[in-house]
Order: sequence, then C-alpha cells, then structure tokens
Amino acid sequence: MSGPGPASARLLRRPLVLLALLWLALVLVCALHPELVTGRDPVDQDLPAALSGPSAAHPLGTDRLGQDLLSRLAYGAAGTLWGVLVAVLTATVVGVGLGLLAGYLGGLVDALVGRLADLLFALPAIVILLVVVAVFPGDVTIAMLTFGLLLSSGLIRVVRAATRSTREELFIAAARLAGLSTPQILRRHVLPRLRGLVIVQASLVAAVALVMQASLAFLGFGPPPPEPSWGGMIDEARAVIVRHPWALFPPGLAVALTVLSFVLLGDAARDGATAAWSATKLARRRRRSPGAGVARTTAPAPAHPTGSAPAHPLGSAPAHPALSTPVHPVAPPPAGTPRHADTLLSVRQLSVQLPARPGRGARTGTTVVSDVDLDVGPGEIVGLVGESGCGKTVTALSILGLPPGDGRITGSCHFAGVDLVGATDRQWRTVRGRRIGYVAQDPMVSLDPTLRVGVQLAEAVRRHTGLGRRPARARVLALLRDVGLPAPETAARRYPHQLSGGMAQRVAIAFALAGDPDLLIADEPTTALDVTRQAEILALLARTSRDRRMAVLLVTHDLGVVAALCDRAVVMYAGQVVESCPVTDLFARPRHPYTRGLLAADPHRASRSGPLPTISGTVPAPGDWPTGCRFAPRCPLAGEPCRRAPVPLDRLGPGHAVRCVRPDEDRVAA
Amino acid sequence: MVRLVLRRLAWTGPLLFVVSVLCFLLISLVPGDPARTVLGPLAPPEQVEALHRQMGLDRPLTVQYLSWLADAVHGDLGRSVSTGTAVAPLIASRLAPTVSLILLTTLTVGVVGTALGVLSAVRGGPLGRLVDVASVVGLAVPGFWLALVLITWLAVRWRLFPATGYVPFGESPVGWLRSLALPVTATSLAAVTAVAKQTRDAMLDVLSRDFVRVMQANGLSTRSIVYRHALRTAAVPVVALLGVISASLLGATVLIENIFGLPGLGSGAALAAAQHDIPVLQGAVVCYTLIVVAIGLLADLAQAWLDPRVGAR
Repeated sequence: MSGPGPASARLLRRPLVLLALLWLALVLVCALHPELVTGRDPVDQDLPAALSGPSAAHPLGTDRLGQDLLSRLAYGAAGTLWGVLVAVLTATVVGVGLGLLAGYLGGLVDALVGRLADLLFALPAIVILLVVVAVFPGDVTIAMLTFGLLLSSGLIRVVRAATRSTREELFIAAARLAGLSTPQILRRHVLPRLRGLVIVQASLVAAVALVMQASLAFLGFGPPPPEPSWGGMIDEARAVIVRHPWALFPPGLAVALTVLSFVLLGDAARDGATAAWSATKLARRRRRSPGAGVARTTAPAPAHPTGSAPAHPLGSAPAHPALSTPVHPVAPPPAGTPRHADTLLSVRQLSVQLPARPGRGARTGTTVVSDVDLDVGPGEIVGLVGESGCGKTVTALSILGLPPGDGRITGSCHFAGVDLVGATDRQWRTVRGRRIGYVAQDPMVSLDPTLRVGVQLAEAVRRHTGLGRRPARARVLALLRDVGLPAPETAARRYPHQLSGGMAQRVAIAFALAGDPDLLIADEPTTALDVTRQAEILALLARTSRDRRMAVLLVTHDLGVVAALCDRAVVMYAGQVVESCPVTDLFARPRHPYTRGLLAADPHRASRSGPLPTISGTVPAPGDWPTGCRFAPRCPLAGEPCRRAPVPLDRLGPGHAVRCVRPDEDRVAA
Repeated sequence: MVRLVLRRLAWTGPLLFVVSVLCFLLISLVPGDPARTVLGPLAPPEQVEALHRQMGLDRPLTVQYLSWLADAVHGDLGRSVSTGTAVAPLIASRLAPTVSLILLTTLTVGVVGTALGVLSAVRGGPLGRLVDVASVVGLAVPGFWLALVLITWLAVRWRLFPATGYVPFGESPVGWLRSLALPVTATSLAAVTAVAKQTRDAMLDVLSRDFVRVMQANGLSTRSIVYRHALRTAAVPVVALLGVISASLLGATVLIENIFGLPGLGSGAALAAAQHDIPVLQGAVVCYTLIVVAIGLLADLAQAWLDPRVGAR
C-alpha cells in the first residue's frame, strides 16, 4: 500500500474530496461549538418572523414557531454526529474484531462468525430498531449501537476475506517462523493492510447510519422537542409543507451533503486501496488454471504490456470498444511481397497500434504488430509460430477486425477480393462466421456459460444459414457429430461447465463451423487442453480442413503441431514476420537464427542426451523493440550491421522469405 | 435447484427462532417494568399490575418465550396491548399495501435500473458518467425527504397524484397504481441508481470476456451478444443486488407508509413502537423476517434460472 503522505496529498488535489472534507469539518465545528457558527439560540422563538424565508436576521429562514433554522441545524449537528459515531465505532470494532478472528483462526470460529454475519444481515434492521426505541424510549445511543451491530455484517465479511488472503501469503508464514505471536502478527502484518478496506466500509456505515438516525428522529423517536435534530426538523417542516415548503430544504440538504461527503471520502479511500489490491488480483487471475484439472503448457501470451483483454477501470470506462468496429484510415498502397491472385487471405503491411493510455505509463500509442505479410491459400493449413508475446494472437484477431484493447489497424488484409481493413459492418456480417470462423485458446471461457450448448449452436446456425428452428436443430446435431462428439443429443443439452476441456473445444470448433467458413482461424486451440486431448483436437482440425476444403490459420508456439499439420509456416518475433516458408523448408533449411533457435529448443527434436538448448533472454515488450534487427540482442550471429537499421523481409526463393541480414551464414553455435 | 431451495428453507427456522429470542431478550432488558413503560408514568399501579399479568411478565422469561412460541406456531401472535385485538389478523390486514409497495418498487428498480445500466455500458460517454454521479447522489438523498418534496409539488401544488391514502387493487387497479405512484418513486430513486451502476459495471466486465469476442468473431449479431448473452450473464450479480435492495426496502416502507398514510405493516410497526405495543412489534418482526426470507429465496431462484452454475453449486 502506498505511503500515507503522497496518497493523501494526491486525494486532496481532487476538488470534490476537498469539498467533502471541508463540509465535514464545518459539521464538526457545529457539533462541538455551534455558538461559533450562529449567535442565535435554537429554541428562541421569534414569532413575528415565523415561517419566513432566508433573511438577514435568519439566513436560512424560520419554522412555524419562529425558531431560526440555521441555529437549529447547527445545534442539531452534535446529536447527529454522535449517533453516527456510535454506529461506526460499534460496526468497526465488532466487524474488524470478529472478521480478524474468523479469517485468522478459521475452522469452527470461522463457521460460527459466518453464521452470525448471515443472521445480522437477514434481520430487518428498522423493525428491530423500532423494538429498541419502544423499549428504551428516547435513547438514541442504544438505537445506534444496535444499528452499528446490525451493520457490522458487511465489515465482518470484508475483513474476514482480506485476512484469509493475507494469512495465506508468504510473509505471514515467515513471521510465524520468526516466532511472532498471533496478536503480534495480526497487529503488525494484517491490520495495516486492512486499513483502506475498513475506511471504505466505515464511510458507508456512516452514510447509512446518518440516514437511519434522521429517519428515527423523523418518526418521532429522536430527542424530544424543542431540542433540535435534523430528522426532527424534516418532521417539523412536514407539518407546514403546504404553506412553507422551503423549510424542507435546509435539513434535507444538510443530511444529503453529509451523506454525500461520507460516500465521496469512502470512494477516495477505495481508489487509494485498489491501487494496492489490483496487482494481487491480476496475479491471481493469471495463476488460475483454465478448465478442470487442465494445465497450460505455457502461460497465456500477454499480447501487450497492459494485458490482452481490454481492462476497464471500474466506472471510468467509456463505451465498450469491442462492440464498435473501429473506423480505419485509408491504407497506403501495400508494399512488400506481391499478392498472389489465387490466395484466399492475403495480409500486407498489417500493423496494430494500441491507443495511448495516459496514467498507465504509455503516453503515445504502442505498436504491437508491425508490417505483417501473410498468405493463406484455399484449403491450406498455415502455422503462425513464435514465442509468447510475439503478436500472433493480435495478428489473428486483427484479421477479423477485432484487435484487443481498441487497437488501430493499418495495412491491408484482402480476403476473397475484399479488403477487410476498413470493411463496413455490413461487409463484416458476410465475413465473420460465414467465410472466416474463429476458435479461441481456452474453450472453457469461449462459450456463453449460461446457455445450453445446443441453444448457442442453433443461434449461430440460424444466423448464418437462415434455417428454421427444426432444420437448424438437425444441423446442430450433425455439426456435433462432425466434431466427434459421440452422443450429440446429450451434448446439445449440456451447459458449458458440464463439459470436459476436450469436449468444450470440440463444441467451440462446431460453433466456428456453423457458417461453413472457408477459413478457420484457430488461436492455440490445444494449449489449454490435456496432452492426450491435444492430439485428438489436432486430428479433428486436419480432418475438417480436408473434408470441407477449409483453410486453417493455426496460431501455435508448438513446432510439433506445425510439423504434424501445416503446409506452410510463418514465424513471428517481436511483432514482425521473421521467416515464412513451406513446412519442409522450415525443418530442413531454416534461414533465420530465431527459427533455428526455436527448432533447437523444441523438446520433440532435441537430442536425448544433454540439456535442452534454449534461446537466452526473453522477447522484448512492445515499445522496447530495438531499432535494428529485433532479434539481435539474443542472436548468436548478430553483428554491427544487424543493429544499425531495420531489416527488410527478403524473398529468398519460391515461397521462402526471411528477415535477416545474413540468412546464408551457418549457425556458429546453438 | 431443489437443494438451493431446501437449504434456504432450512435456514428459515433457526433464523426465526433467533430473531424471536432476540426480541424477548430485548424486552427483558427494559429497565423497570415493561408494563409501566407501556402505560406511561401516570397510570395507576393496579392497572400496571393487571397488564403485567396479562403480558405474562410474572412468569420466568423462558416460560414466557415458550408459551409465545407455542402459540406462534399455531398462528397466534398474542394480543395488542393498546387495542386488545389479535396480532395475527391485524398484521394480515396490513400486508397488502406493504407487499404492493415492495413489488412495484422492485419492478421499477429492476426495469429502469437495468435499462439505464445497459445503455450506459453500451453507449458510454456522458450517460455512463451520469450513472456514476447519480449512483452517489441517489444514495445521499434520503427517500423520506424526497417523498415530502414529491408530495409538496406533484400532489399538493399540481394535484397530479393523491398525497395520501391507499386504494386496494381489487377496488380499482388504476386508483391502486395512482395511490402508489409517489411512494414507489420516492423509494425507487436510490435503488435505481445503485442497480444502474451495478448493471453497468457487470456489463462492462462481461463484454470484455472471451466468449463475447468469440461470438463477435463468429459473426453473431451485436444485438444478440449484448442483450441475449452478455445481459444474461451480467444479470446474475444484478439480481443478487436486487434481492438485497428489496429486503432493505422493508426499512424504507416504514417511513414511506407513514408519510403517505398507507395502512401497511411499516406504519403499523411505527405506531406500535410509539405506543410501546410490544406484542404487535414482535409479530411485525416475525412477518418482516419471513418477507426477507421469501425475497432471498426468489433472488436465489432467479439467479439459478439465469446461470445454471449457481444451481449446481
């Protein structure tokens, strides 16, 4: 958590937070020394001026007894704040105490406290309070004490959850090893981290308690008249509502502004606290393994530094970017490799730039994919290969016009005669699903979790074919059978969470095949699956491609997959294509040092004796790309010319292109 | 699904038990004689003594409780100490306005709040910021104060709606709706803004999930993705919030019924509290607890219907 100094200074710069603090300070002054704010006695009756509006003598007007509203507000502040204080203290002490105990001790204590929190939450608060005020007439303190107790359930839950997660972290284990006692651990390590959370909850309790306090006084259970209270003033205003509605506003606004101040301060505290929490949350999300018992062979590729999914900071996100097809500028005439007339998909100079994110370190847009050239012929299976973070997924999604993070696409992407870069929504409607299908990496999250598989597939089938309900259903069953599900009727009735990873990926493939596309883009379709399921899914893709004469663009980091399935391979490194060639050439005559490194590091091909060779270093993040050859820092052959200037993609022979200054030099050492 | 219902119902018995015990304990905490509290300081001692016996206060607390419990199980919640009428029928007669108010408010909050939330998530821009601001302001403006403002202008000044009173649905559906229009508006405001914000946050979260991208990439219509798929998933936390809000509306009904002169449970409970009529209050507590349980059950069922994983858990 950031230190109190700079964080509070930052919060103070927000005008609303400052105003909230000023208002609360004013209320506090009223509560402690009301005579500083107003010279009038709150019960002094100026009968000739009864029911008057604001004037010099009575800045906020008077009530029907001619009592000054400003002074009644000022003198009523003490009781109001006292009630809030009682409720907040009760809720905090009970909530933090029980929450810490439950979270730290666990077991039976945890279960009991959990039940208690459930009970407190389920009690109808106001009726309990009515019982309390009936039993203890006129005693606001006991009522607010009770209310604080009822409100502590929220704090119990929050503190318990936070304590549990803190306890599980390493440094607490280390503290225990160091011989600290339980109270010491709680005080030194757990409590400081809870501070932000507790402030947020306490401010909410304060807001709710203030309204409840005013409500009780309004119902006549506050201090007896003529003693002033804010809720009582609203009740007094209600009696003269027809003749003098103005009297409603001073007490109403006082309540509203004070509640608003509590809420704003709570929000500010939360913003301060989330800065520390979001990092942990993100890390947790990464670690969570997809699907039941399925281990990833590699971590999901972060497509760009801010994460591959467009992250929306709560509350401040504008329109959802993924739903609007971005409008692209007219692309410059494509350069580079000439386009073949018989290709199905021809990508030229495709670049993707993510928008600038002020406040996240990136002032200007970051280019994550630059000048990608890529061809896929009809019925051809092309592998898009590279390490995690090379821009493979971004390239695949950009072909479909759906770059992550609201990215901007330039270049051209001709598919069946239409340039998809700059395609209209109407054009996309005839392409997505009907001409190009898409299969994502993790099948467990790529289906709508709330609908039956058959229903989802039927929607896709009807959308693409215009079939009626019954024929569509028959088509769905045929599709499920095509993707190798032995009991299509049963599978159609299942929900996604009832499927295994392999079955879910088959369903996801069926979903992509619903419109009978000419090209299937499959983004690491086996990465999230069990090893035994991987081969089956690959075989399914190969068979489907052959049977339907469907081309496949297969994004993968696994050269074994490329060898088994693909006709051609396109190797990407740091957002660029570094080599593109037929698969036979890839394995027999790799030209780029990066390709060679990948081949050497492939566990399927490595010699059985000796350690597995690796490429030293890591893929540079977008924005940190070298000006010259981007692979130079990791390349065993790199020399001065490599670092001087960007290296073009050169055609070496038929269908073979490489981005290297010295493609013909033999490898010196792996 | 069945397990979900059973679990919720199994929780009801202990809850009612604890709530009623709490009530009794509270009453036993009264300094001095509760009968004296009920009758006030000026009542003659023999009258206090009579009420003391009538309330069964001369017996041990456990006996008092067990006899109340035995009667309560048979639907007898005792007699009002101020009017002498039986509590159970009194409460039953006051149920309709309260339930009408809660149902209409929940409906309004659900429909308007969700619509605003979805629109602001999909359209974004100024509407999104408006929902953010409104959710804070909505929390700050007390419903009972807003009710008075509405009465002043919409009922008294412009005479668009009746200021007070309740028309039973059976008598005149239009009159029923008109008599509830202002109470429902006053209770809805804060909840509408809260639901709108929750819907917006949930929609933005769901729209950034993988399955939305897969559906877009495979050519499903934006309308279907937003309203059929994303909204359904996003509705799960929204329904949970609606359940919490409906339960908390019970508190608001006490004030709102009081202000609008609706002869409901809430105004009855407030009246009973003012008269120290403890048997009526106990009955109201039991009834309110049952309503809270029923709302929780409905919210659970709605969530299980929306998301099959909830029911399977």
